[in-house]
Amino acid sequence: MMKRNLTTHHSATLSAMERQEEDEDRVKLFGFWSSPYVYKVEWALRIKGIQYDYIEENLENKSDQLLEYNPVHKKVPVLIYQGKPIAESEVILEFIDEAWKHHGDRILPEDPYDRAMARFWVRFGKDTLSPPIWKWFTTQGQEQEAAYAAAVEQLQILEKELDGKRFFAGEKMGLVDLSLGPFSYIIPIYEEITGVKLIKEEKLPSLLAWMDNFLNSSIVREHLPPMDKLKLRCQAIREAFLKNTN
Amino acid sequence: MGETVKVIGAFDSPFSHRAEVALRLKGVPYELLLEDLGNKSDLLLKHNPIHKKVPVLLHGDRTIPESLVIVEYVDEAFQGPPLLPADPFDRATARFWARFLDDKCSTPFWLSLWTEGEVQQGFMKEIKGNLKLLEGQLKGKRFFGGDTIGLVDIAASGFAHWLPLFEEVAGVTLATPEEFPDLCRWGKDYTSHDTVKQCLPDRATLLARFTAKKDMFVSTVKSMAPKS
Repeated sequence: MMKRNLTTHHSATLSAMERQEEDEDRVKLFGFWSSPYVYKVEWALRIKGIQYDYIEENLENKSDQLLEYNPVHKKVPVLIYQGKPIAESEVILEFIDEAWKHHGDRILPEDPYDRAMARFWVRFGKDTLSPPIWKWFTTQGQEQEAAYAAAVEQLQILEKELDGKRFFAGEKMGLVDLSLGPFSYIIPIYEEITGVKLIKEEKLPSLLAWMDNFLNSSIVREHLPPMDKLKLRCQAIREAFLKNTN
Repeated sequence: MGETVKVIGAFDSPFSHRAEVALRLKGVPYELLLEDLGNKSDLLLKHNPIHKKVPVLLHGDRTIPESLVIVEYVDEAFQGPPLLPADPFDRATARFWARFLDDKCSTPFWLSLWTEGEVQQGFMKEIKGNLKLLEGQLKGKRFFGGDTIGLVDIAASGFAHWLPLFEEVAGVTLATPEEFPDLCRWGKDYTSHDTVKQCLPDRATLLARFTAKKDMFVSTVKSMAPKS
């Protein structure tokens, strides 16, 4: 079973140079317990069977290390490979697929056109689908209704693309599944908090099934955020947003 | 292979240029279909129904939208000089900066041109800060890609050819050679490159077009900018 190694100090029996070498070879991941972007990377590492050290960041008091490794965005996730940092989850996912090409399953398909389509749908998820979903969750009244309608419209496009497949990538999950994957637990949380259903069986049956397939897959079900804690956090976020607009 | 390659593009568009320059650098012949973005063709709406934007690459029966997706596709689908480095870490670095350009530079750049007062100052500070970060990636190299043009150069091409034009139309100064010596030098090297030159829209025509559209740009931005 895949286990993260929380940072510990190495054994004193290794020489300083051996320790440095071993240390540099270890894959490290800077993360935050509730970040969906971090989970995407962790699932990808698990698909490839890569051991890594996980460093939990306090986002309200970011470590010097994080700021040094990701000076541009100052965000998690950051993957450290041979002492060098890679930031931005989609960039990291493609990196993982290329650096460990012959380990485990491929995350991106082989064919250039299929790769282009995977990248297109990742962008769609980020640029076109996420904003109205976030807006729906963080507003109320007319603004929320408009965001809801926009979100459903984009979800219907996704539904058409999925078209009854087990995963976006086919029989096994791939880049698009990993990238959209967090929605499979985040949307139900949002639905519970707002009391409104976004993904209805009559309208989005493939997506509903996909969410189930994703959550129940061996890679994902062994590694999900703590749901109760996440629910509380999401609730607090919604309340903060609503307060600010009053 | 020998399948037909077409680009649905637009004369003014730096995104359209990205698709063309990638094909030319790879040595792939293509047909350019120019759109009038004020009156989009059925062809465009058929091939990019979701976003209805240019560029769109048509390769045989395949359709690929999104300029940076197209550039990576061209790199992977065709033989020719590589547009991305070979090493996975270097590839990740290139992709990081290409995304930085689209996610962090496009919007503040556009807003810094057409807003006013304190709001404009804010956007100017933001874009200049980001351009400085970008410039730092040149590190004495001729191009972001090293000796040859690569993904990041292509992604940044808007700042090579279109930035000075928009500065002129808007009456705004964002990147002087004094403040951005490497970036300005890169801009000149990029726009004077033999292959790039072939698919850069004529400066004078662009200037005239953008000047004519200035009022429209300002009013569109007014509806975008945060309400005070």
